Amino acid sequence: MEKFDIYSGIAVPLRRSNVDTDQIIPAVYLKRITKTGFDDALFASWRADQNFVLNQPAYKSGSVLIAGPDFGTGSSREHAVWALRDYGFRAVFSSKFADIFRGNSGKQGLVTGIITDADTEALWAAIEAQPGIEASVDLAGQTVSVGNLSVHFEIDEYTKWRLLEGLDDIGLTLRDEAAISDFEARRASWRPKTMPAKS
Amino acid sequence: MSNKPLTLAEKVWNDHLVAKGENGAPDLLYIDLHLVHEVTSPQAFDGLRLAGRPVRRPDLTIATEDHNTPTLDIDKPIADVTSRTQIEALRHNAKEFGIRIHSLGDLDQGIVHVVGPQLGLTMPGITVVCGDSHTSTHGAFGALAMGIGTSEVEHVLATQTLPLKPFKTMAINVEGTLRPGVTAKDIILAVIAKIGTGGGQGYVLEYRGSAIRALSMEARMTICNMSIEAGARAGMVAPDETTFAYLMGRPHAPTGQDWDDALAYWKTLPSDEGAVFDAEVFLDADTLDPFVTWGTNPGQGVSLLARVPSPDDFADPNDRVAAERALEYMDLKPGTRMRDIKIDTVFLGSCTNSRIEDLRAAAAVLDGKKKAEHIRMMVVPGSAKVRAQAEAEGLDKIFKEFGAEWRFAGCSMCLGMNPDQLAVGERAASTSNRNFEGRQGKGSRTHLVSPLVAAATAIRGTLSSPADLAESNEKAGL
Ligand code: SF4
Repeated sequence: MEKFDIYSGIAVPLRRSNVDTDQIIPAVYLKRITKTGFDDALFASWRADQNFVLNQPAYKSGSVLIAGPDFGTGSSREHAVWALRDYGFRAVFSSKFADIFRGNSGKQGLVTGIITDADTEALWAAIEAQPGIEASVDLAGQTVSVGNLSVHFEIDEYTKWRLLEGLDDIGLTLRDEAAISDFEARRASWRPKTMPAKS
Repeated sequence: MSNKPLTLAEKVWNDHLVAKGENGAPDLLYIDLHLVHEVTSPQAFDGLRLAGRPVRRPDLTIATEDHNTPTLDIDKPIADVTSRTQIEALRHNAKEFGIRIHSLGDLDQGIVHVVGPQLGLTMPGITVVCGDSHTSTHGAFGALAMGIGTSEVEHVLATQTLPLKPFKTMAINVEGTLRPGVTAKDIILAVIAKIGTGGGQGYVLEYRGSAIRALSMEARMTICNMSIEAGARAGMVAPDETTFAYLMGRPHAPTGQDWDDALAYWKTLPSDEGAVFDAEVFLDADTLDPFVTWGTNPGQGVSLLARVPSPDDFADPNDRVAAERALEYMDLKPGTRMRDIKIDTVFLGSCTNSRIEDLRAAAAVLDGKKKAEHIRMMVVPGSAKVRAQAEAEGLDKIFKEFGAEWRFAGCSMCLGMNPDQLAVGERAASTSNRNFEGRQGKGSRTHLVSPLVAAATAIRGTLSSPADLAESNEKAGL
């Protein structure tokens, strides 16, 4: 996965709270079996509305999303992150994220930064004053800036490090191979096995 | 650390620690059981193939087809191309990687969260994961059960472990005795209305108290199932005699010496006297009414006896805006009696309420009655085995004579990935777990209800509880 350092892209104000993953990507798109190509699915129902923010020319090629609180709630579908990523988003900011969504994001190189409600409002105002303006995201410094406005965001140290390094999950874990084998050797025999018991 | 009183969740966590995370890195936990279905797994298997990695423990992995399987004509090829592609991909991957699969037509095919417990694979003190947020269902056994995303599915397939951050614990104390007509579903809807859809965020919930102890395993599953709707990572109930009795004799349950060893261990699991929870919530079971939702998230619920709230009832500005939007979407006017809301479709099914007890409870209400003329009712058992058992008990006849559709097992209208969808603007009373915009079909409107409320609603045509039936009988002089 790509390293994340300092990134600038068009900022998109999404003035909605409780954006659940069904809204980010409706269930009908989950049928695909590939890992990429979900850009058309992002916010599909909302995009049917001509007034939706991503349908406005200034925001069409947006890549930094500023959303209301409780972003990514609901279903654990990781397709929500793929859809954001495939559309071109590299970072999402909100005052509150759902845990699973946030976990999924970190693994795909999508930055999810927590900002205050007041900063959300301030960023929205700054972007809407100049639609199409770029936001600059400095992951190491934990700031997102639009014009003269620069706000601090929260991200946990571990995820930050991984994003900065562009580190893949499985490789990291397999460094603990010996510990895993050890654990398996100690695992009690009553613990579940899916085979060979015949159902 | 050895003498510190621990909660159930902490005990299970500690017993699965492969490596302790340092410098803010997550702990590495061993996973006892990995459940796989067709929707969230294809890309994970794809990833393995790309990297040339095998599945580390096929013997701790099991697959079933549920999310987009048809519930009619299951012997015919699946008409929808993409659904068929996903199912074929799962079958192909199971074969290639050596994983047991329960396919359409198999008695253990069905919703992944119904099948795990049915097989006796779900047991106390284990870790369970699945690429589905309602994996929290399995916590009813005192397992630590969590929904994961597709890249985590790939991670577990490759390593049988998962890096996880420690979470906080929250005790949900439900004391007292439920009144007739009030069920587990009403408890959990009331809990979510109380703490909100984000109230459990970062927590593992432990449901405790006399009202929880009195519940059957299936009812406990209903409660744990919806923990995720309060934002929690997992929900748990301490194992007890009810748990052990449910497990004993199931196909994958331990036997002989293994059973004795397991039982001895399981009895050590309940939270210690004096264990400290990071948060506590209290709910009175004695005064609880049947609970239903009016809005577009599971926290927007009220007593069935109440009225549709007004946005002004909410102090928090975000809640107010959310309520306004929800009322508009749901086409509801504040002040309307919940019991006057007219329903088009009743859906009895989903991993929340599609087990045999749910079907029995609904059938008991429907027996000998006729459905309201305008109502369409769909009954979708959670697994092929539940369906077979219901038929052995004659429940299917009751449903059919009532005028309901008796379907094959799967997720069905819970999320409408197969043809089982609501039309635009259609209003459902649904025993599922999510009333999000468009969840049951584009433009669909969902009221979450218990199986008892679903059944009574199908009879009266408006949101109702079995108690309303008695009232209308009295009025009619019956
Ligand atoms: S029944 Fe609904 S909630 Fe349960 S696993 Fe299926 S789609 Fe998910």
